[in-house]
Amino acid sequence: MQPTDASNPNYYHKVVDCQWGCPAHTPVPEYIRLIGQGRFTESYMLNRESNVFPGILGRTCDRPCEPVCRRVRVEDEPVAICRLKRVASDLRGDVTDLLPTVPEQKNGKRIALIGAGPASLTVANDLMPLGYGCVLFEKMDRPGGLMRTNIPSFRLPGSVLDDEIGMIVDMGVEVHYNHPIDSLKELLDEAEFDAVFIGTGAPRGKELSIPGREEGGSNIHIGIDWLESVHFEHIDSIGEQVLIIGVGNTAMDCCRTAKRIGGKNVRVVARKGRTHFKASPWELDDAEEELVEIVENHSPSRFVLENGQLVGVEFDIVEWAPDENGRLLSTKLDSTVIPCDDVILAIGQDNAFPWIERDIGIEFNEWEMPTVDRTTFQTTREGVFVGGDAAWGPENIIWAVEHGHQAAISIHALCEGDPIEERPSYGMNLVSQKMGLHSWSYGSAYDESGRSKMQHVELVERFKALEVEVELGFDAEQTAVEVARCLNCDVQTDFTSGLCIECDACIDVCPVYCLTMTANAEEEDLRLDLTAPAENTDQDLYVSANLPQTARVMVKDEDLCVHCGLCAERCPTAAWDMQKFELLIPYAGKPTWIETPETALTTS
Amino acid sequence: MTQTAKPSVQHPGLKPNKLGLTRRDYEGSQSTLCAGCGHDSITAAIIQAFFELDMPPHRVAKLSGIGCSSKTPTYFLSDAHGFNSLHGRMPSIATGANAANGTLSYIGISGDGDSLSIGFGQFSHAIRRNVNMLYMLENNGVYGLTKGQFSASADVGSKAKRGEANQMRPIDPASTALALGASFVARSFSGDKKQLLPLIKAGLTHRGFALVDVISPCVTFNDHEGSTKSYAHTRDHGHKVVETDFVPLLHEIQAEQNRESATAVTMHDGSVVRFKSVAEDYDPTDRDAAYAHLKKLQSCGEVATGLLFIDPTSMDLHEFENTVDESLVGLPFDQLCPGSAVLDDLQSRWR
Ligand SMILES: Cc1cc2nc3c(=O)[nH]c(=O)nc-3n(C[C@H](O)[C@H](O)[C@H](O)COP(=O)(O)OP(=O)(O)OC[C@H]3O[C@@H](n4cnc5c(N)ncnc54)[C@H](O)[C@@H]3O)c2cc1C
Ligand SMILES: Cc1ncc(C[n+]2csc(CCOP(=O)(O)OP(=O)(O)O)c2C)c(N)n1
Ligand code: SF4
Ligand code: SF4
Ligand code: SF4
Ligand SMILES: [Mg+2]
Repeated sequence: MQPTDASNPNYYHKVVDCQWGCPAHTPVPEYIRLIGQGRFTESYMLNRESNVFPGILGRTCDRPCEPVCRRVRVEDEPVAICRLKRVASDLRGDVTDLLPTVPEQKNGKRIALIGAGPASLTVANDLMPLGYGCVLFEKMDRPGGLMRTNIPSFRLPGSVLDDEIGMIVDMGVEVHYNHPIDSLKELLDEAEFDAVFIGTGAPRGKELSIPGREEGGSNIHIGIDWLESVHFEHIDSIGEQVLIIGVGNTAMDCCRTAKRIGGKNVRVVARKGRTHFKASPWELDDAEEELVEIVENHSPSRFVLENGQLVGVEFDIVEWAPDENGRLLSTKLDSTVIPCDDVILAIGQDNAFPWIERDIGIEFNEWEMPTVDRTTFQTTREGVFVGGDAAWGPENIIWAVEHGHQAAISIHALCEGDPIEERPSYGMNLVSQKMGLHSWSYGSAYDESGRSKMQHVELVERFKALEVEVELGFDAEQTAVEVARCLNCDVQTDFTSGLCIECDACIDVCPVYCLTMTANAEEEDLRLDLTAPAENTDQDLYVSANLPQTARVMVKDEDLCVHCGLCAERCPTAAWDMQKFELLIPYAGKPTWIETPETALTTS
Repeated sequence: MTQTAKPSVQHPGLKPNKLGLTRRDYEGSQSTLCAGCGHDSITAAIIQAFFELDMPPHRVAKLSGIGCSSKTPTYFLSDAHGFNSLHGRMPSIATGANAANGTLSYIGISGDGDSLSIGFGQFSHAIRRNVNMLYMLENNGVYGLTKGQFSASADVGSKAKRGEANQMRPIDPASTALALGASFVARSFSGDKKQLLPLIKAGLTHRGFALVDVISPCVTFNDHEGSTKSYAHTRDHGHKVVETDFVPLLHEIQAEQNRESATAVTMHDGSVVRFKSVAEDYDPTDRDAAYAHLKKLQSCGEVATGLLFIDPTSMDLHEFENTVDESLVGLPFDQLCPGSAVLDDLQSRWR
């Protein structure tokens, strides 16, 4: 194998599994350490830089970082990354003075943001401090998008939304609520804006066209519309027997909301078996804790009405088996009618752009979706950008945020007259963590504790009002334990091959057998020829330059390294060192500074 | 002097051995030797050998004298019996223990100072008695623990850290052992586990005294330029006389198929030590030839390594003395101490 180029930020970035897995590349281990030091405000601000809404996300994030957490490979349960974010948010001090400042002198550029969801808000967050005039158009009377109208307040209190959205809006964003944009053409024709960002989400809930749908009308609800109506208090009750059709995260919010406004016997009915459920496992757990029944392998065939009144839904009871192409096909075994008073359809969301004319230079594809560039977020019309759920269909908040950051970079480049395809690169800092012979400036010891369990409000209490937040957050002890579980994957084992005397000390001390000195070979062979075979090919091998004495190479399998620092501690020549990796993430108007070989020479 | 304990976390894919133990179960407490010490590598090889041989740790006795090397039994097999004796006295403790209980596996750890200076006489007699044990001599050319004075194994001309050269002729443990009639003599290098591991396994399996002299650089006092026991010097001047492969009894049949032409020596338990001769016509069962070869290489500054000599048929201490098979502690008291009547009878026979 070629020697690894650890000077490319991607190499070490990938070692920080959570950060690599986070769409916005939140520096997780660093914020966790700050929490451990009681520096909640700093931790909050560090979070805010990349993910903008730490309080919101600390309660609701889809947490793509957790399944990829190194701890899962080492002992099964990930660090509770998301809930620690909430700790930083709950315990932080006043951050008013730490927020990005907005210059008095504007740069004269005006940007229209359509829809006040997390995507648009992130664009505003990134562009306001650069002097842009951001003008937000929102069809509702309040900002937040689905975070506000669909995520129930027992998961996400309104005050948290107000707080974090306020930090952005209060930068001086010009907001127009109750102002739906009905014609993009008109907006563009006004020529008032230097760029337009579309962050209107995926607002249309999917229909279920089976017999009885029309007749059953008033007792059959579309999940996202129903949640919105509950939020606006247009709906405050539901029948005692409720069926939710679909088993994604929307279904989970629907069933739990139904439980709080009159639903007694609430069932979620899924077409497939549990392993195919779209809902996150923790959302399923939370629903089941509230005694929601989950019915598998039931495919709805008709709404059953008596005297024009909905009384139940008929289902095919099915069994699934893969065909020769591996596609799952169902076979009907039987049918059954489940009685109910109300049905909520939660089977997905579609985009809809009736307000964008098809003759204004914005190309739409066969699914009536605008063509959006995956890196610049620009449509086929210069100056019109799309992000969040509006771009490629429903995702989640953290993706909407990342889209917002990227679109802001593009908009800024466009306004500066720079090519928007040339993306600013990531940079990195590496700083040795050595404090003394046996001390590192991070907690290198491995903590054996299991994952802390989130405490919930008692069932009786939580059903008293819709807005009783269910999760209590971690207490001080749980926080201390959870912080210690983090393996500090950003504290990198950095190797200098010229210093190695090939004494084997590092190889012998490594508790998880990451290291090997061996003759170089092709990756496939090398992976088998290690102290412990490197079977997880998703994880890289670090391969050094040839070692001075025997011309072998030092190989490190990144897969299971627990960043305990023992290799560096036992190395007599400091060929291994533990160095903290800081990923420098480019934002609009804030490129990362990268040390090139030339600048290195002149500065040293 | 690592204070950070090795974390308990294990590689989730670790395969246990036949006893259901993982390699981590053969570890001891964290080493307090200097980072990079050759002795630590030897410890790691010992751990690996016991693990691979499926040896139950509680059936092992580890013994040592005084020195950095002699500290290392603490760093492996925490579940084994152990005795840390006086400087140079490990061989007599090992002999006594072995005499009383021949059913344990004995591993003695010593240094060049411990064995070749204060303990030289003890070393010689353990060989002479052919005590059934593996004797690891962790050889760094200095008294590491007392801060790097030349030891009796330092080569003529080898420089101390401050620059002065050693003038006295060295005692070479391998040729000494050969001359004293040792039944198993090997030499290796702490920086070459591939070679060291099968030698330790063969030594543990050998019935009788097995010496493994391991060049083991002292990173702190003897790893500089001018030293003949440094990592770099040993790598440049090490000379593999024979390459050895140790095949435990149970694996013998599979291994038989894919072997090159090689001399094989069967051990008393049926395991096989296989030699791939590197030096032409080197015969590891011919004591005189081995001795001559060793001396020849030594005279040109080279260090012969490998399993230099083996005699799997020699008699060990218990055979000489015709002792009971069992350990003394396992004997019923009336057999161990048959009483004054039996003593009187015995003595009357010599009157
Ligand atoms: C029930 C439910 C629960 C969810 N739970 C989670 C969760 O726990 N965690 C998570 O990460 N994600 C969750 N999501 C997904 C998440 O809410 C969305 O992915 C995210 O809000 C998308 O952000 P966005 O900025 O693209 O658009 P949205 O949040 O959808 O905001 C779009 C905004 O645009 C406005 N708008 C639309 N059209 C126009 C127009 N023509 N003119 C003016 N304004 C307009 C809308 O009123 C809305 O305010 C959930 C979604 C649903 C439906
Ligand atoms: C009776 C006695 N004499 C002297 C000493 C001092 N002493 C301690 S260790 C040592 C030499 C150890 O050298 P070696 O066996 O080579 O071990 P190393 O530290 O080099 O591994 C000496 C002389 C002692 N402890 N006891
Ligand atoms: S830090 Fe070093 S010793 Fe610790 S697990 Fe990683 S490679 Fe092994
Ligand atoms: S401990 Fe240091 S010098 Fe020794 S082999 Fe490892 S990297 Fe090389
Ligand atoms: S002094 Fe020398 S022999 Fe002793 S521990 Fe340090 S390196 Fe090893
Ligand atoms: Mg010594």
